[in-house]
Amino acid sequence: MSTTVQQIQATYAFMERNVNLVKRYWAWELVWLVYSIANSLSVSYIGLGMESLAGAEVDGRFLVLYLVIGTLVWRYLSLIFIWITEIIQIERWEGTIEYTLMAPIRRVVHMAGQTLFAVVYGTIFTAIILFVTVNLFEIDLSKANLVGSVLVMAAGSISFIGISVMASVLPLLFPERGAQMTHIVIAILLLVSGVYYPVTVLPDALQKLSVISPATYVLEGVRQAMLEGTNTGALWPFIWPVLIMGVIAIPIGLWVFEQAERYAKRTGKLARNG
Amino acid sequence: MSDAIIVNKVYKKFGKPAETPWWKLLLKRDANKSKTNGKGRRRLVTAVDHVSFKVKEGEIFGVLGPNGSGKSTLIRLIATLLLPDGGGIRVFGHDPEKEPIKVQRLINRVSVEASFFKKLSPMENLLYGARLYGMGGKETRKKVVEILNRLGLEENSIFRPMEEMSRGMQQKVAIARALLSRPRILLLDEPTTGLDPVSKREVQAVVRELREQDGTTILLTTHDMMEAEVLCERVAILHKGKVVALDTPEKLKELAPGVDGKPPTLEDVFIHLTGRKLTNGELEKEGA
Repeated sequence: MSTTVQQIQATYAFMERNVNLVKRYWAWELVWLVYSIANSLSVSYIGLGMESLAGAEVDGRFLVLYLVIGTLVWRYLSLIFIWITEIIQIERWEGTIEYTLMAPIRRVVHMAGQTLFAVVYGTIFTAIILFVTVNLFEIDLSKANLVGSVLVMAAGSISFIGISVMASVLPLLFPERGAQMTHIVIAILLLVSGVYYPVTVLPDALQKLSVISPATYVLEGVRQAMLEGTNTGALWPFIWPVLIMGVIAIPIGLWVFEQAERYAKRTGKLARNG
Repeated sequence: MSDAIIVNKVYKKFGKPAETPWWKLLLKRDANKSKTNGKGRRRLVTAVDHVSFKVKEGEIFGVLGPNGSGKSTLIRLIATLLLPDGGGIRVFGHDPEKEPIKVQRLINRVSVEASFFKKLSPMENLLYGARLYGMGGKETRKKVVEILNRLGLEENSIFRPMEEMSRGMQQKVAIARALLSRPRILLLDEPTTGLDPVSKREVQAVVRELREQDGTTILLTTHDMMEAEVLCERVAILHKGKVVALDTPEKLKELAPGVDGKPPTLEDVFIHLTGRKLTNGELEKEGA
């Protein structure tokens, strides 16, 4: 069997394994889905709440859609982040990390398998939340550019993959608390990217950070497509920055991961189950 | 017969000064103190101390030693899971540090702790493992049933979560996982620890069968002297990271005097060479 075929099969190994894990942990997945829906709805209701508190000056329907887009895009991107950063954490928890890292596969194949699963999982999960939210709030999407939104989110996933691969080294380097450390990355991205508010309300320093967060462009692009029905061609200013970020972040992420793996092998950190 | 594994003056230590937190490295005095065994400081442990040996192709080679003697570290170094601090290793001519994928294609490893996704069934775990080694699903499903039956595992347990299985059964699945990829070298790190006598014999029979039928080279670590004696053609005795003796079990026994008029056992040899007893039945936690 050629090396290429073997590597493709290995990519599928990670996808199939994760599908099996999701099936076996179905009860947890259900709880997580209900939690995510409840979370999205409670944030979105703030829009109607603002209208009720401030009166006719506030367009409640607009605010609801603004917040719905924020929660959905954020849920999708954070799911990709979580599944990729858990590449090490799951295996540490199960004690299989040495077995997987001993397999004759390139790390890029390992990451590709986990990433493909993350994208498919994130898409399905987000679609379910979107379906519930749209029906509950009776949101009219007839003027929205759904294709454009999907394109912006797909481009955004690429840049998030690079960031996630970089963050995934934390559980490799810090067996005991590495997984929790990845939360700092996601928390900063949430703060500066304008998930629930325009980035213009942030102080100058944080606004500067928002420029280098891919989520900023994804959120703005999806909002333009969904709220204003901007055509796909006009969404390019939101797509190219995240593609460039992805092209830079993925190779850097892989390089960082390889260095961290080498360090772990040098210091014997792979064998620890934290 | 060619050499399958060459271990040449391999050296590995843990708790190096480089592991000192970065803020301590800035304070040179603290960094230097961490090299010592002072109170609250990292201790420098030499796990493998200039170990050299060769394993011939098709040989069952044993590494005998107590807990903490460096057996698991040695296996991890060969298995590309650790990088040596000195010396070199060759696996069929390939360097595990510089050509890890080439080495990984030739080997598989069974460790003392059967590591699996506990919610997944043996079939799901083995499918995952086999695909990592480039095997297809259809071929694997057939082989999984065949190998697990050969190891004495009931067919209905193949689809139950691993967490519902006993440790012995889990260990058999671990062995099946290693056999699936048909490695040229099998690294067995105390594979029978915790197994009942019947399971132990079944596993030992499989090890012999593998060598006889497939010509697989086997490197086995154990602290079970009977196991080393009945399975291995040559045995290296490891003590505090050093090889203190290496020969066939028969020749090793010539190194120690008999006790109470009885011929010496490998345990007598070990006590004679190291001045301490081997402890059976304990799980080794080393190299971490």
